Amino acid sequence: MRTRSSGTLQFPRTMNQRLGSLLDAARLLQRRELSPVELTRACLERIASGNDASRAFITVMSEQALADAQRAEKEIGKGRYRGPLHGIPVSVKDLMDVAGTPTTSGSSVPARKPAHDAPVVANLKRAGAIIVGKTNLHEFAFGTTTDETAFGAVRNPHDRSRSAGGSSAGAAVALVEGMCYGSVGTDTGGSIRIPAAACGVTGLKPTYGEISAEDVVPLSTTCDHVGPLALTVADAAMLYYAMTDGDASADRVPETAEGPLWLGVPVPYFLDKLDEGTRTAFARSRALLADSGHSIADLSIAHAERTADVYLHIVLPESAWYHTPLLEKYADKYSPGVRLRLEMGRYVLAEDYVRAMHARTVLRRAVDKALEGLDALLLPALAIGAPPLGAASVAIDGTSEPVRAMMLRLTQLFNITGHPAIAVPCGTGADGLPRAIQLVGHRGGTERLLAVAAAVERQIIGGAGSVGGGAG
Amino acid sequence: MRNNVAAWLARSVADAEARGLPELKPLLETLSRSLQALRDADQEFGHPAIPEDDEPAAG
Repeated sequence: MRTRSSGTLQFPRTMNQRLGSLLDAARLLQRRELSPVELTRACLERIASGNDASRAFITVMSEQALADAQRAEKEIGKGRYRGPLHGIPVSVKDLMDVAGTPTTSGSSVPARKPAHDAPVVANLKRAGAIIVGKTNLHEFAFGTTTDETAFGAVRNPHDRSRSAGGSSAGAAVALVEGMCYGSVGTDTGGSIRIPAAACGVTGLKPTYGEISAEDVVPLSTTCDHVGPLALTVADAAMLYYAMTDGDASADRVPETAEGPLWLGVPVPYFLDKLDEGTRTAFARSRALLADSGHSIADLSIAHAERTADVYLHIVLPESAWYHTPLLEKYADKYSPGVRLRLEMGRYVLAEDYVRAMHARTVLRRAVDKALEGLDALLLPALAIGAPPLGAASVAIDGTSEPVRAMMLRLTQLFNITGHPAIAVPCGTGADGLPRAIQLVGHRGGTERLLAVAAAVERQIIGGAGSVGGGAG
Repeated sequence: MRNNVAAWLARSVADAEARGLPELKPLLETLSRSLQALRDADQEFGHPAIPEDDEPAAG
C-alpha cells in the first residue's frame, strides 16, 4: 500500500482510498487475484447504496455490465488480457451515445435512442472497459453546477450541501464514491476540470480534436473536448489512450518527467480573483514545487482579460445551432435558465461570431508564446471552492461575483485555444473543500503534459495519486 | 455604448418580446456589454482593416 506523504497539505479521504487506483485494480486483474465480476459487482453495489444521496448516475447498466464483466473474466482466464482497461468499471457522461441506452443529456427534452456506440465508447470497450452506467450532468452541458438538470443536482461528496461542479459532475463524484475506476467527461469551458477540482480528482482536457466527439451531443463544436476523469494522472493517461484509439497497453503509461521542470504562472487576470482557500493552496503548491528544484516564473498572457467576451460569442451561437430545432419543438422541456442561454445565442450576429473567431487565433498565438521555453503553464484550476447548491453568486474579497463566471474563469481560455490542460488535486482550503492546480501544455503535446503532471502530482501529493484515491 | 450596439440590443429585445420571451431582456443587456467590449477590441486583436495607429471610432 502506498501512503500519502503530503507535507503540510491536507487531503480529504474518500471511498476509493480503500480500493486503490485503476492501475492498482488492473494489476490485480492481470494477476487474476481479482475478478472483473467481483470488481464490477462492488461498483454496482456502491451505486445502489449511494446514488440516491449523490445523484451521480442517471442510468445504471447493471445487467450489461455484469455480462461484460463475465466475458472479460473468461478472456483474462484464457490468457487474452487486453491491457490495463480490461475488466475495469468505467462511467460515461450521459451526453454520449451508448448503444441501447437513452442519451438524456440531463434534460427532459426527449432523449436520443442510439443504436450505435459513440467512437469514444467503442474505443473504451475495445480496450476491455466495462461500462457501468451514464452519469449526471448540467443540462446539455450548459452550466458549471448541475443546479439545472432533470435528474436532481449532483452533490459534492465532501459536503453534500455543495455543488460537485459541472458540467461533468456525476463523472467526478462516481470516482470519489468508488462507483467506478475511470470516467468519461466533456469539457467546453472547463466541464472536466471544474468538477475534478471541486471533488478532488484528476481531470484531463486533451488537445482539441484528439478524442472523437462524434455521437456526443454538442454544446459548441469548436470548443467541445472529450476527456477522462480519474483518480491519478497515470490512470487518466490510460483512459486517454483507450479513448483515443482503443489501445491502453501498459507500456503506454507515460514516464514521469525527470529533472527540473520549467513552469510559468500567468499572473494578470488568472490570479486576480481567487478565494482565500484557493490562493493559499496554490501558493503552497507553488512553494513545494519551487523547493523541489523546479523553475517557476511569473508571466502574462496577452489579451487574457478578453477571454469571456470571445468565449461567449463563439459558444452561444454554436450552441444555438444545435438546439434551434429542439427549442422550436420542446421549449417547455428545457430548464428555464438553459433555454434562455440557448435563445440568447440566436441573437449573435454572424459578423460578431467571425470577430470572435479572429480573436481566437490571436489568443491561441498568445498562449503559444507564453509557453515558449516552458514545460507547462501552472495556475489554479478553479478560482473558488465548491459553491453551495443553488448559489448564484459568491463573495470574493468582499465583492459579489457570479458563480458561473467565477467557475469558468481559469479554464475557458484553453477551450478557445485548444491547448491540453489537466486539473490535479493540491489539497484543501481551510473550508475543508478540495482545491486543484491546472497545468496547460503545448498544443499536440498531451502526452508530454501527462508526464509533467505525473511529476507535479508526485511532488505535491507524494505520488499517492489524486485526492479521490490512489492508496491501494 | 456605441449606437450600433444599442440598435442591436433594441432590435433583439423587441424580437424576444414579440416571441414571448421578455425574460431574455436582462441577458441580452449583459450580452450587449460583452459585445461592445469585443468590438472595442478590434484594434487590439489586429483587425486587418484597421491600421494599428488608427484612432478609436467615435460615438
